[in-house]
Amino acid sequence: MRASVTQAPAKPNRGYGRWTPLWFLAPSVITLLLIGIYPTLFALVTSFRRYNITRPREGFPFIGFDNYVGVLTDSTFWSSLFLTAKFYVTVLPIQIVLGLAIALLLHKPGMGLLKSLARVTLVVPLATTYAVVGLIGRLIFNLDFGVANQLFEAIGIGRIDWLSSQTGAFAAIAVMDIWQWTPFCALIFLAGLSMVPGEIEEAARLETSSKLALLRYVQLPYLLPGLTAVMILRSADVLKLFDMVFVMTRGGPGSATDLISIYIQRVGFRIFDLGTASAQAILLLIITIIISRLYIRLFYREVH
Amino acid sequence: MRRTSGKLFHALGLTAVIVFSLFPFYWMVAASFKTQPDILASPPVWFFTPTLQNYADIFADAKVSGAIVNSLIVATSSTVLAVALGAPAAFALARYEFRGKSDLWFWFISNRMISPIVLALPVYLLAIQVGLLDTHLVLILIYLTFNLPIVVWICTDQFKSIPADLEQAARLDGADQFTIFRKIYLPLGAPGIAVSAIFSFIFSWNELLYALVLTRRNVQTAPVVATSFMSGYELPWGKIMATGTVIVLPVTIFALIVSRHMVRGLTMGATK
Repeated sequence: MRASVTQAPAKPNRGYGRWTPLWFLAPSVITLLLIGIYPTLFALVTSFRRYNITRPREGFPFIGFDNYVGVLTDSTFWSSLFLTAKFYVTVLPIQIVLGLAIALLLHKPGMGLLKSLARVTLVVPLATTYAVVGLIGRLIFNLDFGVANQLFEAIGIGRIDWLSSQTGAFAAIAVMDIWQWTPFCALIFLAGLSMVPGEIEEAARLETSSKLALLRYVQLPYLLPGLTAVMILRSADVLKLFDMVFVMTRGGPGSATDLISIYIQRVGFRIFDLGTASAQAILLLIITIIISRLYIRLFYREVH
Repeated sequence: MRRTSGKLFHALGLTAVIVFSLFPFYWMVAASFKTQPDILASPPVWFFTPTLQNYADIFADAKVSGAIVNSLIVATSSTVLAVALGAPAAFALARYEFRGKSDLWFWFISNRMISPIVLALPVYLLAIQVGLLDTHLVLILIYLTFNLPIVVWICTDQFKSIPADLEQAARLDGADQFTIFRKIYLPLGAPGIAVSAIFSFIFSWNELLYALVLTRRNVQTAPVVATSFMSGYELPWGKIMATGTVIVLPVTIFALIVSRHMVRGLTMGATK
């Protein structure tokens, strides 16, 4: 400090140079290079190798695009991607409809205390550790002492062997996903609804008594950005869905719940074919990058 | 007449929302206070004499308490690191224009989307090579891949809302950028920094895949241990649910604190 007092005019722009941002950015950028980019490049290199660590004697030779050809002609890989897509189109409409219903309930005037309570409890599913959601799912959907079967017997459908049947297991993980992520949709839609200017909404309420007309012509335009965000984010979330399903079903029975992240994990860490698993991971990464590009293009105009 | 029934439906609907959100959570907590015969009763019992035995069991179990300590070490360290690295980056992103800024954004936001399995494979191989497998450090570092973006995003947003006049005044007083960051942005941005820290703690605490793949015996985190109970013939359901409750409770409390920012945190601020 004393030095800068004696020769103050020498460096009038201390801390305002062209490179100043670099000093602030460098630590995090270097870290992300080391822990994000370097491993990704390593995965890319591995994906061009035969890399089975249970057979180290064969070495890890480069085999060109063989792993990719293997993955793209592997019917299990495709059916697992297809299953992931099926899961997405099963849970998302339900989450959107339920989420919208909840958002409308929370937006409706009146019932102050009950409403705040409901709004706060919505956070509970979102914060619950995904693996624990799986544990709860195993308890609720147990054949003998699960509360789901108690409900099904009470309404006269009878017991269902949820976790050991193909459709049952798929339905069970879908229910747990719907429980956990419907609040996410609800909170996003609620944010959208509260963007509708009060005077417009009130004028519309005087004009029409139809709630549907109000929703369609007044509120919908404000809901659309949230809806788009939900659709994109949930697609990325389903592609990375692992914890809850792994705990509940490990991808089974058979391949009934073998979503893409579960399948890649099994190829990599049960079969230890890391070459093939890396190729699958790189393909998954490419899909994800397309999704994020879309998301950024739609939602971060200030970036461009 | 119509108004009263409307009110009734509103109240019923809101009650249904509360039951929907809390029921699975309640069912877990209830099971954690049940004896094994009560849990295995078919059909399940709704009213029972609660017992604290399951909690006594898990706190006596060195595996569970050790796992909770591991989770605390990993989640806290990763959060502290994420804030230490991310807050300065957020300052630069909020206050400067520079080339490559949009690429950096893209990178931070993409990290929200990428499946952990993509990084788990190479990081596993690299960790073996450098002897980091089954250490706290490898989890702390890998958790930065999702903590750093969340800190950078939330803090940038917060820093942008700090009026530029304050900075102008400080500049006239001869403060350099580092002083401005430390004396103006850190204190005024504290709420945002706190929210982002809570988010990174929640995400680290909840993570399973990396922890499953990158740890063995020494540094298993709480979700890994809870999951490991799920094998064998007769499952210790009471212990499992007590462990689940102990894992979920702290993050639920944190989440309630940041509930107003939940949407922002989960969408990376796409919807306000």
